[in-house]
Amino acid sequence: MSIQVEIKGIREGLLVTLGDGSWDEREAALLSHLDEKGAFLRGARIALSVGAQPLKAVQLGRLRDAISERGLTLWAVLSDSPKTQETAQNLGLATRISKPRAGRSIKSLETRFQGGEETILVQRTLRSGYRLENEGNVVVIGDVNPGAEIIAGGHVIVWGRLRGMVHAGAQGKEDAVVCALDLSPTQLRIADKISLTPKRRGKPKPEMARLVDGAVVAESWSPKKITGMDTV
Amino acid sequence: MSATVVTITSGKGGVGKTTATANVAAALAAEGHKVVCIDADIGLRNLDVILGLENRIVYDLVDVIEGRCRLRQAMIRDKRLPTLHLIPAAQTRDKSAVSPSDMVRLCNELRHEADWILLDSPAGIERGFRNAIAPADIVLVITNPEISAVRDADRIIGLIEAEEKGPARLVVNRLKPEMVRRGDMLAIEDVVELLAVDLIGVVPDDEQVVVSANRGLPIVLDGKSRAGQAFRNIARRLQGETVPFLDLESGAGFFERLSRFLRSGGN
Repeated sequence: MSIQVEIKGIREGLLVTLGDGSWDEREAALLSHLDEKGAFLRGARIALSVGAQPLKAVQLGRLRDAISERGLTLWAVLSDSPKTQETAQNLGLATRISKPRAGRSIKSLETRFQGGEETILVQRTLRSGYRLENEGNVVVIGDVNPGAEIIAGGHVIVWGRLRGMVHAGAQGKEDAVVCALDLSPTQLRIADKISLTPKRRGKPKPEMARLVDGAVVAESWSPKKITGMDTV
Repeated sequence: MSATVVTITSGKGGVGKTTATANVAAALAAEGHKVVCIDADIGLRNLDVILGLENRIVYDLVDVIEGRCRLRQAMIRDKRLPTLHLIPAAQTRDKSAVSPSDMVRLCNELRHEADWILLDSPAGIERGFRNAIAPADIVLVITNPEISAVRDADRIIGLIEAEEKGPARLVVNRLKPEMVRRGDMLAIEDVVELLAVDLIGVVPDDEQVVVSANRGLPIVLDGKSRAGQAFRNIARRLQGETVPFLDLESGAGFFERLSRFLRSGGN
Protein backbone atom coordinates (compact mmCIF):
# COMPACT_ATOMS: atom_id res chain seq x y z
CA MET A 1 0.00 0.00 0.00
CA SER A 2 1.43 3.34 -0.88
CA ILE A 3 0.89 6.57 0.92
CA GLN A 4 -0.64 9.40 -0.96
CA VAL A 5 1.49 12.49 -1.51
CA GLU A 6 -0.48 15.49 -2.68
CA ILE A 7 1.39 18.46 -4.11
CA LYS A 8 -0.39 21.74 -4.69
CA GLY A 9 0.99 25.03 -5.98
CA ILE A 10 0.41 27.97 -3.64
CA ARG A 11 1.57 31.56 -3.68
CA GLU A 12 4.53 30.80 -1.41
CA GLY A 13 5.71 27.69 -3.29
CA LEU A 14 4.45 24.14 -3.00
CA LEU A 15 2.09 22.77 -0.38
CA VAL A 16 2.74 19.07 0.20
CA THR A 17 0.15 17.07 2.13
CA LEU A 18 0.91 13.52 3.25
CA GLY A 19 -1.69 10.77 3.53
CA ASP A 20 -2.12 8.62 6.62
CA GLY A 21 0.45 6.10 7.80
CA SER A 22 3.42 5.76 10.14
CA TRP A 23 5.97 8.54 10.00
CA ASP A 24 8.67 6.31 8.49
CA GLU A 25 6.33 5.29 5.69
CA ARG A 26 5.17 8.82 5.11
CA GLU A 27 8.72 10.14 5.04
CA ALA A 28 9.79 7.43 2.61
CA ALA A 29 6.76 8.11 0.40
CA LEU A 30 7.53 11.81 0.33
CA LEU A 31 11.20 11.32 -0.51
CA SER A 32 10.58 8.77 -3.23
CA HIS A 33 7.94 11.07 -4.69
CA LEU A 34 10.46 13.93 -4.70
CA ASP A 35 13.04 11.64 -6.30
CA GLU A 36 10.63 10.82 -9.12
CA LYS A 37 9.65 14.40 -9.77
CA GLY A 38 13.12 15.68 -8.83
CA ALA A 39 14.07 17.47 -12.02
CA PHE A 40 10.64 19.04 -12.34
CA LEU A 41 10.47 20.34 -8.78
CA ARG A 42 14.12 21.38 -8.37
CA GLY A 43 14.58 24.67 -6.52
CA ALA A 44 11.03 24.73 -5.15
CA ARG A 45 10.14 25.89 -1.66
CA ILE A 46 8.08 23.33 0.18
CA ALA A 47 5.52 23.78 2.92
CA LEU A 48 4.76 20.38 4.41
CA SER A 49 1.48 19.55 6.07
CA VAL A 50 1.82 16.59 8.45
CA GLY A 51 -1.51 16.68 10.28
CA ALA A 52 -1.33 15.66 13.92
CA GLN A 53 2.05 13.89 13.54
CA PRO A 54 4.34 14.73 16.49
CA LEU A 55 7.90 15.20 15.24
CA LYS A 56 11.20 15.43 17.11
CA ALA A 57 14.04 17.70 16.09
CA VAL A 58 16.11 14.76 14.82
CA GLN A 59 13.29 13.55 12.57
CA LEU A 60 12.48 16.96 11.19
CA GLY A 61 16.15 17.88 10.82
CA ARG A 62 16.83 14.67 8.91
CA LEU A 63 13.87 15.30 6.63
CA ARG A 64 14.94 18.87 6.00
CA ASP A 65 18.46 17.72 5.10
CA ALA A 66 17.09 14.96 2.87
CA ILE A 67 14.90 17.50 1.10
CA SER A 68 17.76 19.93 0.65
CA GLU A 69 19.94 17.14 -0.75
CA ARG A 70 17.31 16.83 -3.48
CA GLY A 71 17.74 20.48 -4.37
CA LEU A 72 14.56 21.67 -2.68
CA THR A 73 13.99 23.80 0.39
CA LEU A 74 11.71 22.97 3.28
CA TRP A 75 10.58 26.30 4.72
CA ALA A 76 7.38 25.54 6.59
CA VAL A 77 5.79 22.68 8.48
CA LEU A 78 2.08 22.80 9.16
CA SER A 79 0.79 20.65 11.95
CA ASP A 80 -1.84 20.44 14.64
CA SER A 81 0.70 18.93 17.01
CA PRO A 82 2.17 21.50 19.42
CA LYS A 83 5.31 19.35 19.66
CA THR A 84 5.85 19.51 15.90
CA GLN A 85 5.15 23.24 15.85
CA GLU A 86 7.73 23.82 18.55
CA THR A 87 10.30 21.62 16.80
CA ALA A 88 9.72 23.44 13.52
CA GLN A 89 10.13 26.83 15.18
CA ASN A 90 13.34 25.67 16.86
CA LEU A 91 14.72 24.68 13.48
CA GLY A 92 13.75 28.08 12.09
CA LEU A 93 10.92 26.78 9.95
CA ALA A 94 7.62 28.61 9.58
CA THR A 95 4.54 26.98 11.07
CA ARG A 96 1.89 28.66 9.01
CA ILE A 97 1.83 29.84 5.44
CA SER A 98 0.03 33.13 5.50
CA LYS A 99 -1.29 35.37 8.19
CA PRO A 100 -5.00 35.00 8.84
CA ARG A 101 -7.04 37.98 7.78
CA ALA A 102 -6.98 40.71 10.38
CA GLY A 103 -10.75 41.18 10.62
CA ARG A 104 -11.49 37.56 11.30
CA SER A 105 -8.64 36.86 13.63
CA ILE A 106 -9.36 39.82 15.90
CA LYS A 107 -12.85 38.50 16.36
CA SER A 108 -11.70 35.01 17.20
CA LEU A 109 -8.99 36.49 19.38
CA GLU A 110 -11.48 38.33 21.56
CA THR A 111 -13.50 35.24 22.24
CA ARG A 112 -10.33 33.44 23.15
CA PHE A 113 -9.26 36.10 25.56
CA GLN A 114 -12.60 36.01 27.27
CA GLY A 115 -12.04 32.34 27.81
CA GLY A 116 -8.68 33.21 29.37
CA GLU A 117 -6.91 30.63 27.20
CA GLU A 118 -4.06 30.48 24.73
CA THR A 119 -1.24 31.66 26.91
CA ILE A 120 2.01 29.96 26.13
CA LEU A 121 4.82 29.50 28.57
CA VAL A 122 8.38 29.31 27.30
CA GLN A 123 11.03 28.21 29.75
CA ARG A 124 14.34 28.88 28.02
CA THR A 125 16.53 31.60 26.59
CA LEU A 126 15.19 32.96 23.32
CA ARG A 127 18.23 33.55 21.15
CA SER A 128 18.82 35.64 18.08
CA GLY A 129 16.83 34.39 15.10
CA TYR A 130 14.12 32.81 17.24
CA ARG A 131 10.63 34.05 16.46
CA LEU A 132 7.79 33.26 18.80
CA GLU A 133 4.28 33.99 17.62
CA ASN A 134 1.12 33.43 19.57
CA GLU A 135 -2.35 34.80 19.20
CA GLY A 136 -2.75 34.89 22.96
CA ASN A 137 -0.35 35.85 25.75
CA VAL A 138 3.29 34.92 26.01
CA VAL A 139 5.15 34.22 29.23
CA VAL A 140 8.90 33.65 29.06
CA ILE A 141 10.96 32.39 31.96
CA GLY A 142 14.44 33.20 30.75
CA ASP A 143 16.12 35.92 28.70
CA VAL A 144 15.06 37.26 25.33
CA ASN A 145 18.30 38.10 23.54
CA PRO A 146 18.81 40.76 20.86
CA GLY A 147 17.66 39.47 17.47
CA ALA A 148 14.88 37.33 18.96
CA GLU A 149 11.27 38.33 18.29
CA ILE A 150 8.09 37.82 20.25
CA ILE A 151 4.79 38.60 18.58
CA ALA A 152 1.73 38.15 20.77
CA GLY A 153 -1.91 38.94 20.32
CA GLY A 154 -2.09 39.62 24.05
CA HIS A 155 0.32 40.44 26.86
CA VAL A 156 4.00 39.56 27.06
CA ILE A 157 5.67 38.82 30.37
CA VAL A 158 9.37 38.07 30.58
CA TRP A 159 10.88 36.79 33.80
CA GLY A 160 14.38 37.75 32.74
CA ARG A 161 16.10 40.27 30.50
CA LEU A 162 14.11 41.45 27.52
CA ARG A 163 16.54 42.71 24.88
CA GLY A 164 15.00 41.51 21.64
CA MET A 165 12.00 42.83 19.71
CA VAL A 166 8.60 42.45 21.28
CA HIS A 167 5.16 43.18 19.90
CA ALA A 168 2.23 42.88 22.28
CA GLY A 169 -1.37 43.26 21.17
CA ALA A 170 -0.19 42.57 17.62
CA GLN A 171 -3.70 42.38 16.24
CA GLY A 172 -4.84 45.68 17.63
CA LYS A 173 -5.36 44.99 21.33
CA GLU A 174 -4.43 48.40 22.78
CA ASP A 175 -4.60 47.44 26.43
CA ALA A 176 -1.86 44.81 26.04
CA VAL A 177 1.15 45.23 28.32
CA VAL A 178 4.78 44.12 28.26
CA CYS A 179 6.47 43.30 31.54
CA ALA A 180 10.07 42.28 32.15
CA LEU A 181 12.58 42.15 34.98
CA ASP A 182 14.91 44.15 32.75
CA LEU A 183 12.90 45.89 30.07
CA SER A 184 15.49 46.87 27.45
CA PRO A 185 14.05 45.67 24.13
CA THR A 186 15.65 46.78 20.86
CA GLN A 187 12.14 47.76 19.85
CA LEU A 188 8.86 47.58 21.68
CA ARG A 189 5.51 47.59 19.93
CA ILE A 190 2.07 47.64 21.44
CA ALA A 191 -0.85 47.39 19.00
CA ASP A 192 0.20 49.75 16.18
CA LYS A 193 2.57 51.94 18.23
CA ILE A 194 6.33 51.51 18.06
CA SER A 195 8.87 52.76 20.56
CA LEU A 196 12.59 52.44 21.10
CA THR A 197 14.09 51.92 24.53
CA PRO A 198 16.14 54.84 25.79
CA LYS A 199 19.65 54.00 27.00
CA ARG A 200 19.38 52.90 30.58
CA ARG A 201 21.63 54.12 33.33
CA GLY A 202 22.07 52.31 36.60
CA LYS A 203 20.65 49.01 37.72
CA PRO A 204 17.85 47.43 35.71
CA LYS A 205 14.54 47.14 37.52
CA PRO A 206 11.29 45.38 36.72
CA GLU A 207 9.12 47.48 34.47
CA MET A 208 5.81 47.34 32.68
CA ALA A 209 5.11 49.05 29.37
CA ARG A 210 1.64 49.94 28.15
CA LEU A 211 -0.17 52.47 26.00
CA VAL A 212 -1.20 55.71 27.67
CA ASP A 213 -3.01 58.16 25.36
CA GLY A 214 -1.58 56.48 22.30
CA ALA A 215 2.05 56.53 23.48
CA VAL A 216 4.13 53.68 24.88
CA VAL A 217 4.97 54.35 28.52
CA ALA A 218 7.21 52.23 30.73
CA GLU A 219 6.69 52.35 34.45
CA SER A 220 8.38 50.72 37.37
CA TRP A 221 6.77 47.52 38.46
CA SER A 222 7.30 48.10 42.17
CA PRO A 223 4.18 47.96 44.33
CA LYS A 224 4.55 51.58 45.45
CA LYS A 225 4.24 53.00 41.98
CA ILE A 226 1.46 50.78 40.77
CA THR A 227 -1.12 52.64 42.84
CA GLY A 228 -0.03 55.95 41.31
CA MET A 229 0.57 54.58 37.83
CA ASP A 230 -0.86 57.50 35.90
CA THR A 231 1.60 59.99 37.29
CA VAL A 232 4.63 58.21 35.82
CA MET B 1 39.97 3.87 19.61
CA SER B 2 36.94 6.04 19.08
CA ALA B 3 37.46 9.67 18.31
CA THR B 4 35.60 12.66 19.65
CA VAL B 5 34.36 14.93 16.88
CA VAL B 6 34.74 18.61 17.73
CA THR B 7 33.21 21.18 15.40
CA ILE B 8 34.52 24.74 15.55
CA THR B 9 32.03 27.31 14.32
CA SER B 10 31.03 30.94 14.82
CA GLY B 11 28.37 32.28 12.48
CA LYS B 12 30.32 35.44 11.77
CA GLY B 13 33.36 35.25 9.54
CA GLY B 14 36.86 36.31 10.52
CA VAL B 15 36.61 35.69 14.26
CA GLY B 16 39.29 32.99 14.26
CA LYS B 17 37.62 29.62 13.60
CA THR B 18 40.42 28.36 11.39
CA THR B 19 43.16 29.68 13.68
CA ALA B 20 41.47 28.03 16.65
CA THR B 21 41.07 24.73 14.78
CA ALA B 22 44.71 24.69 13.72
CA ASN B 23 45.99 25.56 17.17
CA VAL B 24 43.78 23.29 19.25
CA ALA B 25 44.63 20.48 16.83
CA ALA B 26 48.36 21.19 17.09
CA ALA B 27 48.11 21.39 20.89
CA LEU B 28 46.35 18.01 21.07
CA ALA B 29 48.85 16.48 18.66
CA ALA B 30 51.76 17.90 20.65
CA GLU B 31 50.46 15.92 23.63
CA GLY B 32 50.67 12.80 21.49
CA HIS B 33 47.03 12.37 20.51
CA LYS B 34 46.20 11.32 16.99
CA VAL B 35 44.31 14.26 15.50
CA VAL B 36 42.59 14.63 12.14
CA CYS B 37 41.50 18.12 11.08
CA ILE B 38 38.87 18.43 8.40
CA ASP B 39 38.42 21.69 6.56
CA ALA B 40 34.68 21.88 5.86
CA ASP B 41 34.94 25.30 4.22
CA ILE B 42 34.68 23.96 0.69
CA GLY B 43 35.48 26.62 -1.89
CA LEU B 44 37.22 28.93 0.58
CA ARG B 45 39.79 26.68 2.17
CA ASN B 46 42.30 28.14 4.62
CA LEU B 47 43.17 25.54 7.19
CA ASP B 48 45.87 24.06 4.96
CA VAL B 49 47.54 27.47 4.73
CA ILE B 50 47.47 28.11 8.48
CA LEU B 51 48.94 24.67 9.09
CA GLY B 52 51.54 25.21 6.37
CA LEU B 53 50.42 22.14 4.41
CA GLU B 54 49.07 23.83 1.29
CA ASN B 55 51.76 22.59 -1.09
CA ARG B 56 51.21 18.96 -0.10
CA ILE B 57 47.56 18.69 -1.14
CA VAL B 58 46.87 15.98 -3.68
CA TYR B 59 43.38 14.78 -2.82
CA ASP B 60 40.71 16.63 -0.85
CA LEU B 61 37.48 16.13 1.07
CA VAL B 62 35.27 16.08 -2.02
CA ASP B 63 37.54 13.48 -3.66
CA VAL B 64 37.02 11.23 -0.65
CA ILE B 65 33.28 11.71 -0.62
CA GLU B 66 32.90 11.20 -4.34
CA GLY B 67 35.09 8.10 -4.14
CA ARG B 68 38.03 9.28 -6.25
CA CYS B 69 40.48 8.34 -3.52
CA ARG B 70 40.68 6.43 -0.28
CA LEU B 71 40.37 8.23 3.02
CA ARG B 72 44.03 7.58 3.88
CA GLN B 73 45.20 9.15 0.63
CA ALA B 74 43.56 12.47 1.43
CA MET B 75 45.05 12.65 4.91
CA ILE B 76 48.11 14.87 4.89
CA ARG B 77 50.48 14.14 7.74
CA ASP B 78 52.21 17.08 9.37
CA LYS B 79 55.98 16.62 9.42
CA ARG B 80 56.56 18.61 12.63
CA LEU B 81 53.76 16.88 14.56
CA PRO B 82 53.56 13.33 13.20
CA THR B 83 50.19 12.63 14.85
CA LEU B 84 48.51 15.63 13.20
CA HIS B 85 46.63 15.05 9.95
CA LEU B 86 44.64 17.29 7.65
CA ILE B 87 41.90 16.50 5.20
CA PRO B 88 41.80 19.68 3.11
CA ALA B 89 38.70 21.17 1.50
CA ALA B 90 38.25 21.30 -2.26
CA GLN B 91 38.86 24.76 -3.61
CA THR B 92 37.18 24.34 -7.00
CA ARG B 93 33.80 23.20 -5.68
CA ASP B 94 31.23 24.61 -3.26
CA LYS B 95 29.34 23.57 -0.14
CA SER B 96 26.67 21.70 -2.08
CA ALA B 97 29.26 19.09 -3.12
CA VAL B 98 28.91 17.57 0.35
CA SER B 99 25.83 16.72 2.42
CA PRO B 100 25.41 16.41 6.18
CA SER B 101 25.02 12.63 5.88
CA ASP B 102 28.29 12.44 3.89
CA MET B 103 30.06 14.16 6.76
CA VAL B 104 28.55 11.81 9.33
CA ARG B 105 29.68 8.81 7.28
CA LEU B 106 33.18 10.20 6.80
CA CYS B 107 33.61 10.93 10.50
CA ASN B 108 32.30 7.52 11.50
CA GLU B 109 34.91 5.95 9.26
CA LEU B 110 37.60 8.13 10.82
CA ARG B 111 36.54 7.48 14.40
CA HIS B 112 38.46 4.20 14.47
CA GLU B 113 41.66 5.82 13.33
CA ALA B 114 42.00 8.88 15.54
CA ASP B 115 41.56 10.26 19.04
CA TRP B 116 40.24 13.63 17.94
CA ILE B 117 38.54 14.84 14.80
CA LEU B 118 38.40 18.62 14.49
CA LEU B 119 36.04 20.13 11.97
CA ASP B 120 36.59 23.69 10.80
CA SER B 121 33.17 25.08 9.89
CA PRO B 122 32.62 27.81 7.30
CA ALA B 123 30.98 31.08 8.35
CA GLY B 124 27.24 31.37 7.91
CA ILE B 125 24.22 29.32 8.89
CA GLU B 126 23.54 27.53 5.62
CA ARG B 127 24.54 24.21 4.09
CA GLY B 128 28.22 24.47 5.00
CA PHE B 129 27.38 25.03 8.66
CA ARG B 130 24.96 22.11 8.68
CA ASN B 131 27.57 19.88 7.06
CA ALA B 132 30.04 20.77 9.78
CA ILE B 133 27.63 20.38 12.65
CA ALA B 134 26.08 17.06 11.60
CA PRO B 135 28.78 14.70 12.95
CA ALA B 136 29.73 16.80 16.01
CA ASP B 137 30.00 15.41 19.54
CA ILE B 138 31.20 18.74 20.93
CA VAL B 139 30.66 22.15 19.40
CA LEU B 140 32.96 25.08 20.12
CA VAL B 141 31.56 28.48 19.26
CA ILE B 142 34.20 31.14 18.66
CA THR B 143 33.38 34.77 19.15
CA ASN B 144 35.18 38.08 19.53
CA PRO B 145 34.29 40.57 22.24
CA GLU B 146 32.33 42.67 19.74
CA ILE B 147 28.59 43.13 19.60
CA SER B 148 28.17 41.86 16.04
CA ALA B 149 30.18 38.70 16.66
CA VAL B 150 28.34 38.02 19.92
CA ARG B 151 24.99 38.49 18.21
CA ASP B 152 25.93 35.93 15.55
CA ALA B 153 27.26 33.56 18.20
CA ASP B 154 23.89 33.77 19.94
CA ARG B 155 22.11 32.81 16.73
CA ILE B 156 24.50 29.93 16.12
CA ILE B 157 24.09 28.64 19.68
CA GLY B 158 20.33 28.67 19.14
CA LEU B 159 20.72 26.64 15.93
CA ILE B 160 23.05 24.19 17.67
CA GLU B 161 20.45 23.69 20.41
CA ALA B 162 17.76 23.20 17.78
CA GLU B 163 19.87 20.48 16.12
CA GLU B 164 20.23 18.88 19.57
CA LYS B 165 24.00 19.25 19.45
CA GLY B 166 24.15 21.51 22.48
CA PRO B 167 25.17 22.78 24.85
CA ALA B 168 27.83 24.59 22.86
CA ARG B 169 31.03 25.72 24.55
CA LEU B 170 32.33 29.21 24.09
CA VAL B 171 35.75 30.51 23.12
CA VAL B 172 36.25 34.27 23.31
CA ASN B 173 39.04 35.09 20.90
CA ARG B 174 41.09 38.23 20.41
CA LEU B 175 40.42 39.84 23.75
CA LYS B 176 42.34 43.04 24.43
CA PRO B 177 42.66 43.38 28.22
CA GLU B 178 43.80 47.00 27.83
CA MET B 179 40.59 47.96 26.04
CA VAL B 180 38.39 46.06 28.48
CA ARG B 181 40.05 47.92 31.35
CA ARG B 182 39.26 51.23 29.68
CA GLY B 183 35.66 50.11 29.18
CA ASP B 184 36.01 50.18 25.38
CA MET B 185 35.52 46.47 24.81
CA LEU B 186 32.95 43.97 26.04
CA ALA B 187 34.25 42.11 29.06
CA ILE B 188 34.19 38.32 29.25
CA GLU B 189 31.44 38.49 31.89
CA ASP B 190 29.20 40.52 29.54
CA VAL B 191 29.66 38.01 26.73
CA VAL B 192 29.05 34.99 28.94
CA GLU B 193 26.03 36.62 30.58
CA LEU B 194 24.38 37.24 27.24
CA LEU B 195 25.17 33.90 25.65
CA ALA B 196 24.55 31.83 28.78
CA VAL B 197 26.83 28.93 27.82
CA ASP B 198 29.98 27.49 29.39
CA LEU B 199 33.25 29.19 28.62
CA ILE B 200 36.07 26.88 27.52
CA GLY B 201 38.70 29.44 26.59
CA VAL B 202 39.71 33.08 26.44
CA VAL B 203 42.41 33.90 23.92
CA PRO B 204 44.15 37.27 24.16
CA ASP B 205 44.80 39.30 21.05
CA ASP B 206 48.34 38.59 19.89
CA GLU B 207 50.11 39.92 16.81
CA GLN B 208 52.20 36.78 16.71
CA VAL B 209 49.09 34.84 15.64
CA VAL B 210 49.18 36.61 12.28
CA VAL B 211 52.92 36.10 11.96
CA SER B 212 52.62 32.40 12.71
CA ALA B 213 49.70 32.02 10.29
CA ASN B 214 51.79 33.59 7.55
CA ARG B 215 54.56 31.13 8.29
CA GLY B 216 52.17 28.19 8.46
CA LEU B 217 53.37 27.38 11.97
CA PRO B 218 50.64 27.13 14.64
CA ILE B 219 51.22 29.54 17.53
CA VAL B 220 50.86 26.78 20.16
CA LEU B 221 54.30 25.60 19.08
CA ASP B 222 55.67 28.93 20.31
CA GLY B 223 56.12 28.38 24.05
CA LYS B 224 56.31 32.09 24.81
CA SER B 225 53.03 33.24 23.28
CA ARG B 226 50.09 34.00 25.58
CA ALA B 227 47.65 33.13 22.79
CA GLY B 228 49.46 29.84 22.31
CA GLN B 229 49.12 29.11 26.03
CA ALA B 230 45.40 29.91 25.84
CA PHE B 231 44.95 27.43 22.97
CA ARG B 232 46.92 24.77 24.86
CA ASN B 233 44.59 25.32 27.81
CA ILE B 234 41.54 24.84 25.57
CA ALA B 235 43.00 21.54 24.39
CA ARG B 236 43.43 20.42 28.00
CA ARG B 237 39.91 21.51 28.99
CA LEU B 238 38.55 19.53 26.03
CA GLN B 239 40.12 16.45 27.62
CA GLY B 240 38.20 17.15 30.80
CA GLU B 241 40.98 18.77 32.81
CA THR B 242 40.20 21.76 34.99
CA VAL B 243 42.63 24.50 34.03
CA PRO B 244 42.36 27.98 35.51
CA PHE B 245 41.84 30.78 33.02
CA LEU B 246 44.81 32.97 32.17
CA ASP B 247 44.84 36.10 34.27
CA LEU B 248 44.50 38.66 31.50
CA GLU B 249 42.65 41.59 32.84
CA SER B 250 43.73 42.29 36.36
CA GLY B 251 44.51 45.93 36.92
CA ALA B 252 48.10 45.00 37.70
CA GLY B 253 50.94 47.26 36.69
CA PHE B 254 53.79 46.28 34.43
CA PHE B 255 56.12 44.98 37.11
CA GLU B 256 53.53 42.85 38.80
CA ARG B 257 52.58 41.35 35.47
CA LEU B 258 56.25 40.81 34.67
CA SER B 259 56.88 39.01 37.94
CA ARG B 260 53.81 36.85 37.46
CA PHE B 261 55.00 36.14 33.94
CA LEU B 262 58.37 34.99 35.26
CA ARG B 263 56.80 32.93 38.05
CA SER B 264 54.60 31.10 35.57
CA GLY B 265 57.73 29.99 33.78
CA GLY B 266 57.32 32.26 30.79
CA ASN B 267 53.95 30.90 29.84
